[in-house]
Amino acid sequence: MSATLSPAAIHVTDPTPLPPHDAPPSGRRSASDGRDTAGDETLPSLSREEVLRYSRHLILPEVGLEGQRKLKAARVLLVGAGGLGSPAALYLAAAGVGTLGLVDFDVVDVTNLQRQILHGTRDIGRPKLDSAADRIGEVNPHVRVEPFNTRLTSANALEIIREFDIVVDGTDNFPTRYLVNDACVLTGRPNVYGSIFRFEGQASVFATADGPCYRCLFREPPPPGLVPSCAEGGVLGLLPGLVGTIQATEAVKLILGIGETLVGRLLLVDALRMQFRNLKLRRDPECPACGTHELTALEDYEEFCGLRRAAAAGLAAPPIREITPREVAAKRARGDDFDLIDVREPHEYAIARIEGARLIPLATVSDAISTLDPNREIVVHCKAGGRSARAAQVLQNAGFHRVWNLAGGITRWSDDVDPDVVKY
Amino acid sequence: MPITITLPNVLARLAEGHRTVAGTGGTLGDVVADVSNQFPSLRARLVDDGGNPYPFVTYYLNDEDIRFAGGFGAPVRDGDEVIIVPAVAGG
Ligand SMILES: [Zn+2]
Repeated sequence: MSATLSPAAIHVTDPTPLPPHDAPPSGRRSASDGRDTAGDETLPSLSREEVLRYSRHLILPEVGLEGQRKLKAARVLLVGAGGLGSPAALYLAAAGVGTLGLVDFDVVDVTNLQRQILHGTRDIGRPKLDSAADRIGEVNPHVRVEPFNTRLTSANALEIIREFDIVVDGTDNFPTRYLVNDACVLTGRPNVYGSIFRFEGQASVFATADGPCYRCLFREPPPPGLVPSCAEGGVLGLLPGLVGTIQATEAVKLILGIGETLVGRLLLVDALRMQFRNLKLRRDPECPACGTHELTALEDYEEFCGLRRAAAAGLAAPPIREITPREVAAKRARGDDFDLIDVREPHEYAIARIEGARLIPLATVSDAISTLDPNREIVVHCKAGGRSARAAQVLQNAGFHRVWNLAGGITRWSDDVDPDVVKY
Repeated sequence: MPITITLPNVLARLAEGHRTVAGTGGTLGDVVADVSNQFPSLRARLVDDGGNPYPFVTYYLNDEDIRFAGGFGAPVRDGDEVIIVPAVAGG
């Protein structure tokens, strides 16, 4: 673990093993370097209340007083206070990790509450950092929360991550995942990785001194639209609870230096079958981040994900034209002749639909091409515009030249044209 | 006994709902091609236009990353097990 200097106001070790009260804040201390030296004077002491609070830890020989003080000294950064970040933050706080950094710029939305247990119904509309800090304070007032109300970017990632010992990646997009990984490799901070989609999750520990990194597993991100986001593809609300808790467990093990972590292993979680599988991960000698080290600074991750994915899938085709919901409504009002195609799934169609749209789920668009007239105007839509962009690409590749993608999908249709269409 | 390929849930519906599919061949590439022939809509999700694995889909042969075991040229034997792990980013 790194020897990060943390801000002042952390309790310095009291030489007595069980001090009656917190020692007064005095000066700086350095975080644990992982050595298990009994009575390590660089570690903060525990108050009487903390000793009682953590008693179930203290009686575990693998944790004990020394381990609990390591937890108190530890600084863990959670990137994302969403599905994965919620259980991770709650359990790390409850376990007594002294400082939790939180990076998020989102506000709580009602659709988050199905899985993001850091936030409650009364928090809808509040910044996630505010509701997270409240909830963490409720769970364990001894935890210091350091909020970063920003998107993690190439400009700020190194500076933020350097201030922490361990990073927990709970982000929801590929550019940020590569950014977190590279910043962890460059700063030497372990990247406790978790990722989820629908019913399946992945977890590992990347970017340790000897272990592989995220780029060793996936050299490049997938092209746009190939892997839908959770907003488009859905996610079982309990799944981030499983995976985020695994991430928190790994972070605690790294802090304590106990057990066998997921370094060099990829854990696959299948909630439908309730199967957990371990696959071997190796450091790729050609990995630009941790293998050849040709990556010496952070790059533009939007561009990295955009350029590579177009090339990877051979999608460097003419761009997809977009049309707004209001423009489509105007076309209808004028009596324009065009086909509206809904490429969502039947169960989504059952929740909400645009009147007059024909349902052709994305996976079946290729098969349905023979039933479509390439000379007619076609507008495709999905929930938010991602899947329909792919459908439009399929149609364009098949020789359809008058294809438009409905910008913002049925969600924006509900906002801009017909509020009676239910948003989900 | 053929070689089994375990698909991620998200690809199962392109294989008529099967989470595990079976193929035959002397190399992993042969088996993937065989499975692609059985389920044509799966092909574009398994291999690129050149028939090679994508950099965002990792193949495991008996729990080993195939990039360190000969890639699609890796020899396979009856009873071998392949797991396909796609990159996902949800959080
Ligand atoms: Zn690497």
